[in-house]
Amino acid sequence: MKIHLDTGKCQGHGRCYSLAPELFDCDDLGTAVLLVDGELNEDQLAKAKLAAGNCPEFAIEIGN
Amino acid sequence: MIKPPVEDFATDFDHTDETWVADPYPIMDDLRERCPIAHSDRYGGLWAPMTYEAVAAIANDTDNFTSRTVVIHNGRPGDEDLPAPIGVAPPISSDPPFHEIARRLLLPAFAPRPINALEDFTRELCNRLLDDLGDADLVDASVGYAEHIPVGLIAKMCGLPPEDGDLFRSFVGVIIEAVDLPAEERILAFEPVQEYIVAVMQERKENPGDDLISYLLDSEILGNKLSDEHVFGSILLLIVAGIDTTWSAIGASILHLSQNPDDLARIVAHPELLPSAVEEFLRAYAPVSMARLVKEDFEFQGCPMKKDDWIFLSFPAANRDPEAFDQADEVLIDREINRHTAFGLGIHRCLGSNLARMEMTVALEEWLKRFPKFELNTELPTTFSQGQVRGPRHLPLRILERG
Repeated sequence: MKIHLDTGKCQGHGRCYSLAPELFDCDDLGTAVLLVDGELNEDQLAKAKLAAGNCPEFAIEIGN
Repeated sequence: MIKPPVEDFATDFDHTDETWVADPYPIMDDLRERCPIAHSDRYGGLWAPMTYEAVAAIANDTDNFTSRTVVIHNGRPGDEDLPAPIGVAPPISSDPPFHEIARRLLLPAFAPRPINALEDFTRELCNRLLDDLGDADLVDASVGYAEHIPVGLIAKMCGLPPEDGDLFRSFVGVIIEAVDLPAEERILAFEPVQEYIVAVMQERKENPGDDLISYLLDSEILGNKLSDEHVFGSILLLIVAGIDTTWSAIGASILHLSQNPDDLARIVAHPELLPSAVEEFLRAYAPVSMARLVKEDFEFQGCPMKKDDWIFLSFPAANRDPEAFDQADEVLIDREINRHTAFGLGIHRCLGSNLARMEMTVALEEWLKRFPKFELNTELPTTFSQGQVRGPRHLPLRILERG
């Protein structure tokens, strides 16, 4: 499973990089930046799901 | 002016009616079942959607709805206001494409890193306020605490004297609360706000500093300095939008804890719960409802909307919609999945959301360290603000234990 971040949808609510700083950071405007590329391990997957489930803009998807 | 009480919110909606001000949540639930978009002839025509789905659709539809003015009142933006796409207080009042230009100017100052750098300042401010409450057993957590925190931060960021905080709160009263005054009276009441900002701009042009106002005066769009109207509007936004909003969020959180001793005891015993509790308080007690104006006559979800009709964009109602949130009417301080809309949705996501979250978190942490046990003092009235920002304005508490 991988993380798909739609930066076009991201409005900088900042939930993902607060909840999963090992997976997401932000740029100078507060827009999310994805830190990992590729398959997620189990811990990462749990954190990624938490980040996705708290994104008000539905900008994060977990999939293949 | 005495306004008639609302008989039925479905057809005569008014967010300044005392029933709504006292407790809007049962009304939201009832309207969501029955309408779900309420209407009113008040304010020259108004629609109030109560579902998450409709609120999200409108927040994301900048083609059919303009943000040209975001405070519902008896007038319409007229000759005295800047037209779209800039509006009176850019970027909150701006539409695309200008919106993004105005917003990008301000976003860096409100990004996580610069805001986190203000945490120590915030903690000291909170502790000074708590010291001032002294040993009293009966305190007012709004008048004695919450209302002073946001003005302290905004004054700091704008390089303005902290003692101007009282003035900022009076501006909020004029702009956000006194919305049911006749339009002419609102224009008169706005004069002191105008005078203050014009004087500050003049002073800062002569003595620039390391603050947001100096930054705006020095900023450029496509090689040109911002117009005075743009700088004026953005200062207006900064000194109004970040005040009663966060004040309300801090107050509403403390009010919840004063009435829910189990939640209070859990957070005091497990401070690691505070981040999810803050998000849940933001969901359940979201202070801010926005507004839009309908751009042209069109039909939205079966409602015949007319040009210049108001939309009361209730993020609090969206946050209580059971279609969007499990156990929507319960406050669960460890809620894991929480896509709440307290800071709005789409391109107008609250510019100050990082600042607001930091202030809320620090304010609650310091409060709970000092007062790990307290309850609502029901011998005195708890009162709420009227208008599009809702939160406690008098919050009488009895302190039961000190940290």
